[in-house]
Amino acid sequence: MTIHLEHYLLVGAVLFAIGLYLALGKRNFVGVLMGIEMMFNAVNLTFISFSRFVESPNPLSGHVFVVFVITVSAAEAATALALAVLVYRVRETIDVDRIDLLKW
Amino acid sequence: MDDTGTVIAFWILSAITVGAALMVAATRNLIHAVVFLIVSFVGVAGLYITLSADFIAVTQVLIYVGAVSILFLFAIVLTPRAGRQNDETFLRLPALVLALLVGATLGFVAIDTDWSIAKRAGFGETASVIGEALLDKYVLPFEIASVLLLVAMLGAIILVRPEGVGGDGDS
Amino acid sequence: MILAAWYDLRDIGNAVGALLDQVKDWGAPDWVPYVVSSVIGIVAIFLWTVLSVLAFIWIERRVVALMQNRIGPNRVGPAGLLQPIADALKLLLKEPVTTRDADKMLFWAAPIIIFIPTIVVFAVIPFGQRMVLADLNVGVLFLIAIGAINTPAVFLAGWSSNNKYALLGAMRTIAMLISYEVVQVLALLGAVVFVGSMRLGDIVSWQHDYNVWLVFLQPLALAAYIIAGAVEMNRSPMDIAEAESEIVAGYHTEYGSIKFGFFYQAEYLAGFAIAAVIVTLYMGGWTAWGLEKWVPGWLIFLAKLYGVFFIYIWSRGTLPRLRVDQLMGFAWKFLLPLSLVNIILAGGEVLLWREAEISDNLALPAFGAVNLALAVVMVVGWGRLLGHGVGRRRGQRALLTQEVGAIFYSGSTVSEPDGAPSRPREAPSGQV
Repeated sequence: MTIHLEHYLLVGAVLFAIGLYLALGKRNFVGVLMGIEMMFNAVNLTFISFSRFVESPNPLSGHVFVVFVITVSAAEAATALALAVLVYRVRETIDVDRIDLLKW
Repeated sequence: MDDTGTVIAFWILSAITVGAALMVAATRNLIHAVVFLIVSFVGVAGLYITLSADFIAVTQVLIYVGAVSILFLFAIVLTPRAGRQNDETFLRLPALVLALLVGATLGFVAIDTDWSIAKRAGFGETASVIGEALLDKYVLPFEIASVLLLVAMLGAIILVRPEGVGGDGDS
Repeated sequence: MILAAWYDLRDIGNAVGALLDQVKDWGAPDWVPYVVSSVIGIVAIFLWTVLSVLAFIWIERRVVALMQNRIGPNRVGPAGLLQPIADALKLLLKEPVTTRDADKMLFWAAPIIIFIPTIVVFAVIPFGQRMVLADLNVGVLFLIAIGAINTPAVFLAGWSSNNKYALLGAMRTIAMLISYEVVQVLALLGAVVFVGSMRLGDIVSWQHDYNVWLVFLQPLALAAYIIAGAVEMNRSPMDIAEAESEIVAGYHTEYGSIKFGFFYQAEYLAGFAIAAVIVTLYMGGWTAWGLEKWVPGWLIFLAKLYGVFFIYIWSRGTLPRLRVDQLMGFAWKFLLPLSLVNIILAGGEVLLWREAEISDNLALPAFGAVNLALAVVMVVGWGRLLGHGVGRRRGQRALLTQEVGAIFYSGSTVSEPDGAPSRPREAPSGQV
């Protein structure tokens, strides 16, 4: 059989769905961040598969975009985890159900 | 892409990636979840190689497996009295439904759209072209990304500095 | 450059190529030659690494012992030559203990995950002209990425032992590894800038075509990479991970028997991998200014590799161990700025060379001399700037004798405490 663009896009869609479930449904903050990183990965996979299969005047612009997505996601992971450690210092927990001070 | 090697590689790598991603959601221990996340990162890097994106595959391993995973593991180590169970919030069912709906929508769009497939084979060497693009056409985002990385690094350091004057030595 | 006969041992790729032609003549489908050549390459690499590790267990212990003025293993077999066999047998026959509260899945997986990158690195190293298992377009970046897999593996080894010393050792090792990863990348990039390609076969061909080894053009990058490589293999003088006097055995405290055997072998293989990278990128790989016409290229490569590994054995036997903060301060404050300046310099030189179309015979020696001079100036100058100057403390005596006012012999003065002017010596009279 042949592998087409749709195969890769489906894998990307499944990864994105799993990542979305992790980001919305996990109780631990690190679990939420894992979901966000998985969504980034799914998006990168989609970009690369488009860059490989789809007609385009400069096909490698997908790769350049993925480089930027990887960079920004690394920066965002670092900042978010620093915030997690800081929240732990104040509230002694990183359970997203318990960090709800905006709701009195 | 119809040669046997690529087809077998695609199916095995997709199985590994999606399987590891499901285990991230399903396993009960948080460190095991991070390990399965690392496995799914490596699986995605393998999928990049089947798409002849060699530079991006190696960058993915270097940055995600080599650095972002360590960030996750250190965040878990530095929060000792938070729970290490990987359980879900009380909103697990709406999250599941939403995730399934989004996945179904994306899948439907992927299958139903009439993509204009190019007739070319895989890329040769991508690193030099990406490098030229980064310094020629996309130099402004490149510089902004480096400033962003500097700001993120400084921000993370300042946020987690221990309470006290300046820095109290190194830790 | 190489004859194409299959018995021409100067390039084992000839024999393999003849075998593959034979296989194709037998009418096999298209994928069979590919798989056969991969399997031959993998088996060859495994055999060579296992034999090299066995040999070097003995060689290292003997050489370090001779440097430290003792004898080393000489009981097991003639002159101790069966010592590696004894070590391997001991490791295999010991009882593999898993501590009660250890995380079983990760505890079993960690040695394997640490072992895999050290073997995979050899897939991109060219041992001869056609003796590369996979000549990737991004070979240099592949080396760095595979080395980066060590970092979470070390953490998992330390974490799954459920032992605070193991976790501390793992943290220190990770801090060390990520600091020197950046230095490693910049040092390797110095070589890539001159060649213009990240493919290791191209780098060796460039060094052959221009008749120069990249060590002469990038001495600072090689020095930085030698240091960063020693850190990546957790080897003394940077073995704070497994400093027996400090932290029991670091992240592999709880591992015994064959799991420790994996760590032990992974350390040697990492050493060979780093040495192979140094030889390929900086010392001409399997070429030696025309010697490869008579001597097989892979023999030249192995000789150079063992020579570079001897430098690491030498530094292990001689230098004291560095402290964690000294090591990381050295990486971030010293090696990183120097490597950055080196890259800018190398880029400028290549630009000048290409744009101004200077002839190679003029440009390369000039670049080599300039780079060497600038390397020395930068190292000494930046070191002085950071306060590591020599000759600054030569005239100071130890504080205790100054305070106490001890007796010195002819030609010296006795200095008073509290800054009073020194007075000449007194006759020996039993005073302390």
